[in-house]
Amino acid sequence: MFGILETGYGFWSPIIWIITIIVIGIILYIIWHLGEPAYKKGTEQTKPFLAGMPEPSKEAVTVRADNVYWGFKEALKHYYGPMIKTHSGIINDYISWFVVVLAIVFVIIGGLL
Amino acid sequence: MTLESSAIFNLPFITVVLLIIIGMYALMFKRNLIKIVIGLTLIESGVNLFLIALGYRKGCYAPIYTNAPTTAMVFPTPQALTLTSIVIGLAVTALMLSFAVLIYKKYGTINAEKTRRLKG
Amino acid sequence: MFENLVPHLPILIIAIPLFGAFASYLFSKVSDKARDVFAFIVLGVTEFLVLVLGKDIYTNGLRVYTLGATSAELTAPTGYIMPVRIILEVDALSIFMGIITVTVAFIVFIFSLKPMKEYSGTDKYYTLMFLLLVGMLGIEFTGDLFNLFVFLEIASIAGAALVAFFTHRDESAEAAFKYVVICSLGALLVLFAVALFYGQYDALNIAYLANVMKYSLLDKIAFCVLLCAFAMKAGSAPMHMWKPDAYGEAPGPVAAILVTASLVSMYALLRVCFTLYGRGLNTEVIGWIITVLGLLSIFIGVTMALIQNNFGRLIGYTAVAEVGFILLAAGVGFAGFSSTGFGFTALQAGLFHILNDALDLGLLFLVSGAVLHATGKRNLNELSGLARNMKYTCIFFIVGLCAVAGLPPMNGFASKLMIYESVYQFNPVFSIIAILASIFMLAVFVKVFYSVFLGPELKEFSSVKEVPASMLLAMGALAVLIIVIGLCPDIFVNNVINPAARALIDYGIYRGVV
Repeated sequence: MFGILETGYGFWSPIIWIITIIVIGIILYIIWHLGEPAYKKGTEQTKPFLAGMPEPSKEAVTVRADNVYWGFKEALKHYYGPMIKTHSGIINDYISWFVVVLAIVFVIIGGLL
Repeated sequence: MTLESSAIFNLPFITVVLLIIIGMYALMFKRNLIKIVIGLTLIESGVNLFLIALGYRKGCYAPIYTNAPTTAMVFPTPQALTLTSIVIGLAVTALMLSFAVLIYKKYGTINAEKTRRLKG
Repeated sequence: MFENLVPHLPILIIAIPLFGAFASYLFSKVSDKARDVFAFIVLGVTEFLVLVLGKDIYTNGLRVYTLGATSAELTAPTGYIMPVRIILEVDALSIFMGIITVTVAFIVFIFSLKPMKEYSGTDKYYTLMFLLLVGMLGIEFTGDLFNLFVFLEIASIAGAALVAFFTHRDESAEAAFKYVVICSLGALLVLFAVALFYGQYDALNIAYLANVMKYSLLDKIAFCVLLCAFAMKAGSAPMHMWKPDAYGEAPGPVAAILVTASLVSMYALLRVCFTLYGRGLNTEVIGWIITVLGLLSIFIGVTMALIQNNFGRLIGYTAVAEVGFILLAAGVGFAGFSSTGFGFTALQAGLFHILNDALDLGLLFLVSGAVLHATGKRNLNELSGLARNMKYTCIFFIVGLCAVAGLPPMNGFASKLMIYESVYQFNPVFSIIAILASIFMLAVFVKVFYSVFLGPELKEFSSVKEVPASMLLAMGALAVLIIVIGLCPDIFVNNVINPAARALIDYGIYRGVV
């Protein structure tokens, strides 16, 4: 039932992918198993080290959605600024965009064809 | 000069274009939500007029079977289309106006520039 | 058993939900329970009939139903040289879309059984849902352009009323106003194009018009208008801005079915391009226009989704990007326009992506509805740590996330791989942009997953409970469909997508019925 899907250049078969993933997983597990068993749960080892300061509560330091890609947004602020301005939320602008696209498409189709 | 090529024959179509352009102007540049609804209604009237004007055939009778003449009658499709489109247009206009009323109740204004909390 | 019924199925599939729309309102006067049972039966019957018709069409080919004629196949009345009656034409593509529509509607209905009980006006909710379903099925099955306009308006009126369902929120009215203005403008321009056709050829039937089309300047104007109107209704950039507004404010289940509604506009676009105009206009140039619209949608959709903080609005922007993938594939398919080579693969990929899109985004919107039901919040900044109390919803979200971002082995990967590889042969740069956008998409949903389900448990959410079983059942059904299609994509592509793509390429069959 799990056949091969032709995708233009190559092919895609989920069953081969799953078998590969399982094989890779087993190999990784073996490598992990050979490692040093020094990790001990519930000791000082598992706590974050913040320059000797007491650890603040998890609720206080959680990063909220708005700040998740802060650096990315900051780097691309020259792109995002005009884009946010373009999405003005005014219905007239939405219709103007439609008229602009209609005009361009008409010039291309009416002029070239 | 025949009737078909005269300006008077094309007058309905010129009116159609004018109505659609005025409607588009209102949709693009009028910030008042009621005026936007009026603009859409103008476009709708233009399209309806277009359909009705297309249904005209010179020298034919309207397809009304009471005391029907024996000459050719026009095909009543454009009239049927326009009737359907008017009814639909009425429903859409009523819906849009009720949304405008709702917006006025919630925001206290019907200026499109001030009723835009959904942006960005 | 169904031999006598099958010829009448195209109209029955439209008529039964239409009956259900108004009858369910009467049943709700008896009791809510009676209405739910009735609506379940109506939708179950519709689903069953659409599957029966689908089996018939996939084995016997296209089916025609002439309204008001003595026999269903009598397209032209005696003494006439052209069809004057309304004709329903259901081919492999129509029924493919029909099955998607009814299935998503059925799942959305099961999902909304519980959460909609908390609001007033549930009886009207079901009526509007059924009307939206009727509008979508009508657009898919009709072979008549004016009929298409009527069903488009039915769908947009019902859709706009559903967007405004949360009338206690201020923004709902704003979103609904934008939605209805955009939809009715689109529909009016479709009517304008219909009038242009009628003025030239005195006909409204798609197949007849395609046969007699002279590709005059007026036909080109009509094509531009139809292309732009359907692209706007499908949500292609830069005419996409109504989409995040409407999807963000609509209730989760409504947004899930509105995704399918915009895909139905996509179907109308394909029907106009491939069946009505075919090879008559320069397919290369038009294919390029559609492809560029698709690329713009992909790019703007994912980048804008990244900075959103409203759950529904964020998925709305990714819906823009997903429609962009379909437009990209459809544009390449139209530029190629053959039953072999990369053009055909691209067209198949586009149709496959329509199916995957309806399921993936449907599932994500249902998850957003479930989160709203459980916490009453949509702002991602206020949500945190819900995975502790909503384990199953979280699992379904992961399935939807992987599918929409195109991670193997979900269905989204299979269709996106087909898009990348076929578009690469058309233009390598487009393919690279699409792959990068897909990575962006993953980043967008990782942000959602992190901020909604991971993170520390906040005290206001300590009493949050898992959503009721009916909602889990609906989300689970979509997740199972996603995984099944993901695990055996070749079966779906060869048996379902391929005939649908062939129906578009071999337009002679559709045109030949009149």
